[in-house]
Amino acid sequence: MTLKVERLVVEHGAIRALDGISFEVDAGSLAAVIGSNGAGKTTLLRTISGLKDAKLGKIFWKDREITGMKPEDLVRRGLAHVSEGKSVIPELTVRENLSLGGIWRNNKSELEESIGEVINLFPRLGERMDQRADTLSGGERQMLAIGRALASKPELLLLDEPSLGLAPLVVEQIFETISQLCRQQGITIILVEQNAMGALAIADTGIIINLGVIVAQGDAGSLVADPALKSAYLGY
Amino acid sequence: MHSPKFLKNPNRRRLLFFIFLGWLLLLIGDRVDELRVYQGALIAIYTLAIGSVILLTGYSGQLSIGHGAFMAVGAYAAALTQIYFSPPIIITFLAAVIITAIFGALLGGGAARLSGPYLAGTTLALALGLPTLANQFEFLGGETGLSFDVGFPPERYGFDFTLYKWFFWIAALATLIMFWVMQNILKSRYGRAWKAGRSNQAAAELLGIHVGRRKVLAFTVSAGVAGLAGALLGMISIVSPSAFPLSLSFAIITGAVLAGLTSLAGSILGGLTLVIIPEIAEAISKNVSESEAVSANVPGLITGVLLILTVLFAPNGPAEQWHHHKEKKKLKAKSKGS
Amino acid sequence: MQQLINTLLIGVSIGSIYALMALALVLVWRSTRVVNFAQAGQAILSTYIAWEVVNRSGSFLMAFILAVAIGGLIGGLVESGLMRVLLKHANEGPVAAVAPVIATLGLLAVIRAVVGLIWTNEGKRFESPVSTAGFVIGDATLPFSRLNLLIIVTAAVVMIIFSIIFQKTNLGLALRAAAYNPEIARLSGVRVATTRTIGWIFAGAAGAVAGILVSPNDSLTPNSLDTLLVFGFVAAVIGGLESLIGAVVGGLVLGVGLSFVLIYLGTSLIFPTTFVVLVLILLLKPAGLFGAKGARSA
Repeated sequence: MTLKVERLVVEHGAIRALDGISFEVDAGSLAAVIGSNGAGKTTLLRTISGLKDAKLGKIFWKDREITGMKPEDLVRRGLAHVSEGKSVIPELTVRENLSLGGIWRNNKSELEESIGEVINLFPRLGERMDQRADTLSGGERQMLAIGRALASKPELLLLDEPSLGLAPLVVEQIFETISQLCRQQGITIILVEQNAMGALAIADTGIIINLGVIVAQGDAGSLVADPALKSAYLGY
Repeated sequence: MHSPKFLKNPNRRRLLFFIFLGWLLLLIGDRVDELRVYQGALIAIYTLAIGSVILLTGYSGQLSIGHGAFMAVGAYAAALTQIYFSPPIIITFLAAVIITAIFGALLGGGAARLSGPYLAGTTLALALGLPTLANQFEFLGGETGLSFDVGFPPERYGFDFTLYKWFFWIAALATLIMFWVMQNILKSRYGRAWKAGRSNQAAAELLGIHVGRRKVLAFTVSAGVAGLAGALLGMISIVSPSAFPLSLSFAIITGAVLAGLTSLAGSILGGLTLVIIPEIAEAISKNVSESEAVSANVPGLITGVLLILTVLFAPNGPAEQWHHHKEKKKLKAKSKGS
Repeated sequence: MQQLINTLLIGVSIGSIYALMALALVLVWRSTRVVNFAQAGQAILSTYIAWEVVNRSGSFLMAFILAVAIGGLIGGLVESGLMRVLLKHANEGPVAAVAPVIATLGLLAVIRAVVGLIWTNEGKRFESPVSTAGFVIGDATLPFSRLNLLIIVTAAVVMIIFSIIFQKTNLGLALRAAAYNPEIARLSGVRVATTRTIGWIFAGAAGAVAGILVSPNDSLTPNSLDTLLVFGFVAAVIGGLESLIGAVVGGLVLGVGLSFVLIYLGTSLIFPTTFVVLVLILLLKPAGLFGAKGARSA
């Protein structure tokens, strides 16, 4: 087990966004977190990566408690978070966005190496290295956002709705890449999605959240096969 | 005991309260010495100026650093009116209010679209630059300035009615009347609309309140009030660029911040503080060292420190903070009891 | 023609000082979203220190380096000692929006008073390190002097150093990322609180350079940099308040423009022109000449 969340409670003012969530994600596996708008998926990722404080509960990463740690410290422990809505800085160039991902290591050659790996993965970024990020298409921006996270050499990658607002073909390509990152590079991935079928198809395990509580979790295949879940939460 | 019918109406009650306050002030003014009377006039003027800032910042959420500029406009308007037309004195003050209000409306037309740092910076530029214009135009009297002469007190008040007492009467009455007017504005539809605009612009717009127009109106009224304060200040001192330095604007803001920025009633507290600060500085320089540097700079030091401490520890003003504190205590007591 | 060139040169000289002050304001604005009115105070304190060192050691260079370093230090102290506490404390209530601005005003008052207490309010003469007599070409004496040249060169050097730091180094990348999007910067491991302090340090140093460059051959008093603050603010607004290049261009445009006003129309129109320019820019081109999208009513 690498990531463990125990009875997590998170509040936005008076509203309870997460109400006692517990789950585990094994090393090198891909977990899909599924739920509708407002279910608490984004809050879950933001709390794990340290952007939001938990009210109650604990988070462990590689057997050490990380609850309440700051995002800038968690990056140094191998966590990378691609936040909602193409998390790139539009005013910076593609190269600068990628460099930002590896900035904390302060090591030029290692940085160049990981930028090279990102370009291997997304050749289209390589052709646009000196363009500003706001000149990229939606799909390219999502690639850049993932690329920025990868440049930090993460062991755990948190992805918040990478398929949002992208054309179906691009979505397929992004999901393919995410699956590859997990299978070939052994990165543990938590993938938050509204696109339940697409996400569960590449995931090992699935966690279905509704209104801040987990309604079902388990093997991705068996979740998809459960007819009750299918009609209630998976939208098919 | 039932209050008489006449007092059932809150507006009339307020009017009576102000009249009583005025009578009380005049009584006090009769019983203290010359210096205190002068300081009394100063307190009234500062209170009025602070009231104008609170009207703008506290009730419409716009921070103006430049109220010293409005005061200067009012003072020059009054002095010029008096010099060229010499109408009855009340007309002169009215002219000062109207001219400054028009000036404020013009500025507010632009400022309505600005807020936060942009408005603050623009009004700062105004406070710094406007008074220096007097040096450029001969009819404004240059650095020596103009004198705004309201004349001697009427003879029927007797010989021992001094000029300063006369100033105090005018300043105190003008301030009282203006506060009464402001209170009424705030209780009106307009005033409530300003507050709505301050707390939530989007919501106010949904309610059909035109925030931009209200802001201009708030600017206009606030400028008019500040103009009157400026004219009064010109009356007791002199109308020159050096009478309206940037530090005057700072002092007024300090007074407003100390008063809590959210209630007109606090203005008097701010006015008192502003008059007391130089007194303290004087006392310090007498006891510590007789140097001019001390007496010239200690007021600024106290003002600055008070500003910083207030925003750090009592951002809504000491009065409000105290109130808040008490409420909390009450709540705690209640929850323990239940 | 000759007068035209003279006006232009003088304008560039004074404009580069405005540009430095504008840079200081923009650096703070980008890192903290506050227009730092105390910048004039921080700069005046640095300038008085420079004056003191010049008087004691006779070395302008040493005074300059020391005062700029202290200027940076003051900036860092103001951020970590005051602004950080303030932003943590006063984050709700009706006054929250104006609290930071009020705090910088208070600080301005405090610094001025302290300067006045130490050095008195009497004007000090800050001797120019180089000749202030105009260059002589043929039999004509230009108003443009060695001092003007020194100002332009110094300002240019400072700006080049800044542009290298911001464009070529990791620190610069971290500063820009934190300014544009603090959240993504943090997720990338940038310590945003530290970059904020560094922004204030740079701003303090830039403001100190501006103060030291504008003061020679003039009377130095505790409030002699107030007008520079206003011109710097106008320059920053012309440039869009967000952009470092915008601040520099804004400063130069304002300097040259005002120089033309001064020579061809007279001093009396300097302030009205500045004010009209400020209001027009804010009303017609609210994002400045270099600003990105986004309104000013935030």
